[in-house]
Amino acid sequence: MIDSFAFNIPFISIFLAMIAAIITPLLPKQNRIPENLSCCVIGIIGILSAYLLYALTNSGQSLSFNFKIGNFPVPYGNELKAGPLEAVLSLFFSLSMLLSLTGNFSSTEEDIAPNRRQLFCVLVNLIMSSLLAMTYTNDIFTAYVFIEISTIAACSIVAVKESPETARAALRYLVMSLVGSGLILIVICLLYNLTGHLIMQNMHIAIQVLVSAKSYIMPLTVSLALITTGLAVKSALYPFSFWLPDAHGSSTNLSSAILSGLVLKGHIFLLIKIFYRVFGLDVIHALRMDTVIFILGLLAMIMGSVHALRQTNVKRMIAWSSVAQVGYIFLGVGLNTTAGIAAACLHIIVHACVKPMLITAAGGLSNAAGHKKGLHALMGTFYSNVWAGLGFMAGAFSMMGIPAFAGFASKLSLTMASFDHPVIVWSLAALAASSVLNALYYVPAVIVILTHNKNMNNNFSAPPPTRLYKISMTCFLALNFYLGLFCMPLLRLITRGVNVL
Amino acid sequence: MLEKLILNHYEIAAVILSGIGLMNLLLQRNLIRKIIGLNIMNTAVYLLFAAKGYNAEYPPVPAGLILTGIVVTVSVTTFALALTLKLYETYGTLNIDEALMKMTLQQEELEAKIEAQEEELIS
Repeated sequence: MIDSFAFNIPFISIFLAMIAAIITPLLPKQNRIPENLSCCVIGIIGILSAYLLYALTNSGQSLSFNFKIGNFPVPYGNELKAGPLEAVLSLFFSLSMLLSLTGNFSSTEEDIAPNRRQLFCVLVNLIMSSLLAMTYTNDIFTAYVFIEISTIAACSIVAVKESPETARAALRYLVMSLVGSGLILIVICLLYNLTGHLIMQNMHIAIQVLVSAKSYIMPLTVSLALITTGLAVKSALYPFSFWLPDAHGSSTNLSSAILSGLVLKGHIFLLIKIFYRVFGLDVIHALRMDTVIFILGLLAMIMGSVHALRQTNVKRMIAWSSVAQVGYIFLGVGLNTTAGIAAACLHIIVHACVKPMLITAAGGLSNAAGHKKGLHALMGTFYSNVWAGLGFMAGAFSMMGIPAFAGFASKLSLTMASFDHPVIVWSLAALAASSVLNALYYVPAVIVILTHNKNMNNNFSAPPPTRLYKISMTCFLALNFYLGLFCMPLLRLITRGVNVL
Repeated sequence: MLEKLILNHYEIAAVILSGIGLMNLLLQRNLIRKIIGLNIMNTAVYLLFAAKGYNAEYPPVPAGLILTGIVVTVSVTTFALALTLKLYETYGTLNIDEALMKMTLQQEELEAKIEAQEEELIS
């Protein structure tokens, strides 16, 4: 058995982030106190998650546990469920959030008015708490409430920068998100009617009974299709992803990093939980949703990269590349095996670490070019900000899947997962084509930043990168190489976690 | 068939209302109408919940869920209205297409200005 402190960690980490969000507006604004508080809280959550992971892996027989909030009995109470997978995800989410915060400190201070920074910290803490809640919750209605909290907070961090584009981009994002959460709410209502439960494991038992009796197959199919659509809209799966580049192109760097590195991932993990814990893989296969997800994933991998090829703005290019990477995750989910879902979870972690690094690096480069975001303006910026240049190159190589970089590990595990599966030809062809397409737009970008710019405007001198920027970039690079070189123990841990999900 | 429809009239009303709401949310170009569509859709779901969610063992659960849901809808509506206000202050219109047109026009003007400045610098 695990000790009682580790047993309380899932609740404590959600609660800490919520409390931090509530008390931040009451703090004095001087000396970066709100920012430091957010960083501290997120750091503490990271340490707690690491301890939970340690306690779970050393606990012996039972790898996961259910935590009843306040010990109320089931229909009135609320449950959290923690296992190795949840602990790993919250550890990497908090690491990535912390490094994005510290890495983008100066760009956030440039973009956001001083009187708004405190409120920005509130939003960051709210996003962190909703991410943790989506990771740990075992109650589908709690998941809905936190989906809405993350929607409001994510739209606000897009709109927080004062520029004419952001209000429109945020509204577009909000409308798409509201369609998604409306669909999720309808499905929760339908599933509650069908099963009489809101706790995911109890719903699973009821659904198994319904399916084995071959009754209510149609309502179950409709519910599954609607909740998949709803969460696909929120996680920017290809045909529903047109809001993402808008939201990225105009917002501040930290918002982009949080949005595509973390907010999308919370919704994808919730979808995985609904597939694995609520319906069960055999039911998903019987209702043929795995094929739909697989095809949409293939489409996203190819079309995201095709769209990225046509962009001239570096942040929009990275946003479309996120769409392609989300396609990889859905490919793993669509394989509908334990290995496939473990590979998808590994790719969630890899992308959550690499994409914020790429965005932070691109922000540093465009700063060195005088706040221009066009790809041509970045010519030769590697030499004015070497740390950002190195981060950008490592991120780009990782997205292409060069060995030793993080992206290689998850692509390898996706390939391995698709081997004993009838769709192997399709998934291998799509992985190859998508890697080539990724290279087609990342290699030119890397060449551009490495080319010496002869007619560079000499009277403009960019501020040198701060020490904090260098430290966070070093940590990002270390994380990237750790994931690329030593991913096998992590993958084994994730597989054990998926088995007890 | 007709008997079943009459028997389940709450559900029929909820389905029709949520369809109307969803289509308004997706297809209307005016933002205020979009937000009204959102409210119609969510209210329809609560109607469905109230009609179907009755559970003899635990009667208060659906009521609690609907209360939470109403709070969520109110906060989302407030946030959407605040963003709409910001859009109106920036562009002077509530139509999302017109706002896009004005934005592209502004950007083109800005780019033309920058090009003219660069040409001046070169000459």
